[in-house]
Amino acid sequence: MISHVNRFKVLILTLVLAIWTAPAFAEGATVDTGDTAWVLTSAALVLMMTPALAFFYGGLVRRKNFLSVLMQCFMVACIVTIQWVVIGYTLSFGPDIKGMIGGLGWLGLKGVGAEPNADYAATIPHSVFMIYQCMFAVITPALILGAFAERMKFSAFCAFMLLWSTLVYDPICHWVWGVGGFIRNMGALDFAGGTVVHINAGIAALVCAVVLGKRHGFPAKMSPPHNLPFAVLGAGLLWFGWFGFNGGSALGANGLAGNAFVVTHIAAAAAGLAWALLDWKFNAHPTVLGMITGVVAGLVAITPAAGFVAPMDAIWIGLGAAAICYFFVAVVKVKFGYDDALDVFGVHGVGGIWGAMATGLWAQKAINPAGNDGLFYGNPGMVLIQAKAVLVTVAYSFVLSFVLLKVVDILMGLRVTEDQERIGLDLTQHREAAYTTLD
Amino acid sequence: MKYIIAVIQPDRVDDVLDRLEEKQVHLVTVSTVMGRGRQKGISEIYRSHKEQGSLLRKVKLEVAVNEEFVQPAIEAIIKGGRTGNIGDGKIFVLDLADCVRIRTGERSQVAIG
Repeated sequence: MISHVNRFKVLILTLVLAIWTAPAFAEGATVDTGDTAWVLTSAALVLMMTPALAFFYGGLVRRKNFLSVLMQCFMVACIVTIQWVVIGYTLSFGPDIKGMIGGLGWLGLKGVGAEPNADYAATIPHSVFMIYQCMFAVITPALILGAFAERMKFSAFCAFMLLWSTLVYDPICHWVWGVGGFIRNMGALDFAGGTVVHINAGIAALVCAVVLGKRHGFPAKMSPPHNLPFAVLGAGLLWFGWFGFNGGSALGANGLAGNAFVVTHIAAAAAGLAWALLDWKFNAHPTVLGMITGVVAGLVAITPAAGFVAPMDAIWIGLGAAAICYFFVAVVKVKFGYDDALDVFGVHGVGGIWGAMATGLWAQKAINPAGNDGLFYGNPGMVLIQAKAVLVTVAYSFVLSFVLLKVVDILMGLRVTEDQERIGLDLTQHREAAYTTLD
Repeated sequence: MKYIIAVIQPDRVDDVLDRLEEKQVHLVTVSTVMGRGRQKGISEIYRSHKEQGSLLRKVKLEVAVNEEFVQPAIEAIIKGGRTGNIGDGKIFVLDLADCVRIRTGERSQVAIG
């Protein structure tokens, strides 16, 4: 028997629930549950790419610096997430100011709730779009850390990441993806972040490698990767997460998402295969590290193109990514001698530029009516537009990253001492060790 | 009493242990070590960058024996460890001053077996 008091409680609870859920029913007309479910899932997939990157990078450093890489990846996730919800999102996607930056209308997520924002995604809650974009804002600066791995002071790292997110990522994100952004208005195509994420991070990485200088002992006395299986695990999880990165960028569970998913997978496979074959030819052995590097290069290159190109063209994009990135990693880096420790520029910067240009070659309206035709589909002008978008991104990222590094260097110093570098960042920056010798 | 230290190829360990067993030498300490002899290390390739390894993985065996087991133990290690290639390793024989069995406190020849 339910007592009177309990009956009263049940009644109140039912009323409260009814009031709470009422707006959800009211929205039913615009929010699509399938789209929302896919974008939420994709957001989780993209988030996973940051810890995946931690293992991809972490496996490649020496054992004394393994934790520092994991720590930096997780710390970026924490810092940038808070930055994003407070100010980053409104700077990137907020009401446009002269094509240059988002206004402060959505400061602190003001008005960013369950109601969709038709400018960006008409069928999912605005908050879902915001958190999906948050994951991109997180992984982009995290990509950079591979360039200065094993030598940057942790405090300087935190400061640089916060500044870079706010003053480099957010503006470029607005230019390319924000309504009113000037690169978007030029007609440039970037489906999931070739310019915003990969070129941007890759160029910043090159600047970091040069400004911070080489690690002691580079290149003659460097130890090999301390745990390649971890790098393989990380690359595998990156591949998996990339389906959310590119497939989710359709912002709906639809044919476009399907196309993005398919071409992403094809380009990754083509590039992994091609890199292994290049290794076989030029180094006499197909290497594991070469193959996973190829896979990542292919994923990078297909990112801007995923929503605009056909499956068979994705093979060419993947093959091109492997060939060009291989050349930069194996030849150009050696020739110029910069210590881009984990080849962020060689894979993400160069692969991103190739991908952006390839979008100008192989894009077609038949795949995405909202896109455009590329050179091979009768529109040579597309290549020029893509080149302009690439140049603007490269120039801005290069100059601002340089300035920000110099500012942080003056304020707190960028590098650890030589002693600390020899002992390793795990022990000197975090007072922890990744592995014990006994037990 | 002698203390025998042998540095051998990792892939010969099982054979060496079997041969020692045949000669009634049961007590062995084995560890994985890095080292180099005249043959240098194998070069590795990471993203097309060759790294000349200066050290190779080896296995170190340590055996303490009474005089009458010295020659049989050396023969067993050679029999199990020899491939005829460069890098088969070395055997060092040292005089052993004393030996104590921790559990019983027994000393010297009695403790060693």
